Amino acid sequence: MCLALPARVVTMDGNGMATVSLGGITKEISMILVENVEAGDFVLVHAGYALARISQEEARRTLSLMAEAGLSESGAL
Amino acid sequence: MRYVDEFRQAHLARGLAGAIAREADPERQYRLMEFCGGHTHAIFRHGIQDLMPENVHFLHGPGCPVCVLPMGRVDHAIQLVERHDVILCTYGDMLRVPGRGRGTLLKIKAEGGDVRMVYSTLDALRIARDNPRREVVFFAIGFETTAPATAVALSQARAEGLENFSVFCNHVLTPAAMRGLLASSSGPVSIDGFLGPAHVSAIIGSRPYEFVAREFRRPVVIAGFEPLDIMQSVFMLVRQLNAGRHEVENEYTRVVTREGNAKAQALVSEVFGVRHAFEWRGLGQVPRSALRIKEGYGAHDAERRFTVFSRGNPPDARGCECPSILRGVKKPTDCKLFGRGCSPDHPIGACMVSSEGACAAYWRYRRFRRPSVVAESPAVL
Repeated sequence: MCLALPARVVTMDGNGMATVSLGGITKEISMILVENVEAGDFVLVHAGYALARISQEEARRTLSLMAEAGLSESGAL
Repeated sequence: MRYVDEFRQAHLARGLAGAIAREADPERQYRLMEFCGGHTHAIFRHGIQDLMPENVHFLHGPGCPVCVLPMGRVDHAIQLVERHDVILCTYGDMLRVPGRGRGTLLKIKAEGGDVRMVYSTLDALRIARDNPRREVVFFAIGFETTAPATAVALSQARAEGLENFSVFCNHVLTPAAMRGLLASSSGPVSIDGFLGPAHVSAIIGSRPYEFVAREFRRPVVIAGFEPLDIMQSVFMLVRQLNAGRHEVENEYTRVVTREGNAKAQALVSEVFGVRHAFEWRGLGQVPRSALRIKEGYGAHDAERRFTVFSRGNPPDARGCECPSILRGVKKPTDCKLFGRGCSPDHPIGACMVSSEGACAAYWRYRRFRRPSVVAESPAVL
């Protein structure tokens, strides 16, 4: 139910709508719930609405924390 | 970066499995509740339980809105179609949920009722515009993730003067349910920590869970829905528990902030107030745990607009353990009906209907598997 998918904003279409690409499928969604989103950004899409902008910087930071956790103490893995 | 594959990389999963195995103290048990059905589904789909040491347990929480909706509310929706001849729009998840006498919206539709599955509230508004002579009701369910879309529809309907559109509101609130679980006196729910909701938190932020840490002294880690997110969050919870800490931490920082989505919150509070109490399957009446439509939008509130007969909530089917499963007290396989009369094709309880329900996840991913055998040493992974 709370499923939401990351999608890339292709164009901002005005009127609070945008065209997004979900793994190659394009879809028109509402941007009324988010602010400061531009074409090229990734947003989280849920039931036809963008809920949040996804931060690339934070995503990279999380991935490096995961890699770091896996390396801690034993480097064997 | 596509934000999916990156968070499913096998080498990072192996590293995290090793880290959790090293961190987990063999002298203690870690009972971690994933609140959300989305997490339950991901844990089974990606076999995460099998990557955990045997003293790390997942308890499946009540975070599946379809599963916790009491049968009486489904009956009301059915009555709206049968007695008031409305066009009832709803998300696909609700169509197969049994009400009294195992009637479902899908069955009503097969018998000629005008029930329509929609992807978005935008579709429901369009149906109302296209059918000005018909009453169109949107059967709204879902947690805080889904409520803003309903709020937009209500505010749009009022602005447009779309008089034939109304909402049957069943939106429920996550932090109130967590409080309900922790404060529950009915049943021994022993929870050491929570994997906190991902997309609910995108809207409400991580702040509303701080009471769990403060009052109930349990750690919460807001966790994304991808497998690596869940594993990293387990690692963070184990660390907190080992250190005797109980804080709200956020693993899902690419989406969630402490404050959440202010614009969505403002829309929700413009349109909705909080109900005094709401019944949850499994938890009973939970104070301040659901949304109601405010007076100013009363013309679009299906509960004010249509009279339905309330016959209370019919008892769950005999033998159905949904209520205990939703509290994390029992496992789906503890239910006598599991696989014997209750399956996704013929669901008896709501936990089997929704693909996010714990029973459906057990059925789909472990039906033919023996109890998990955890690798003795992470090195063999």
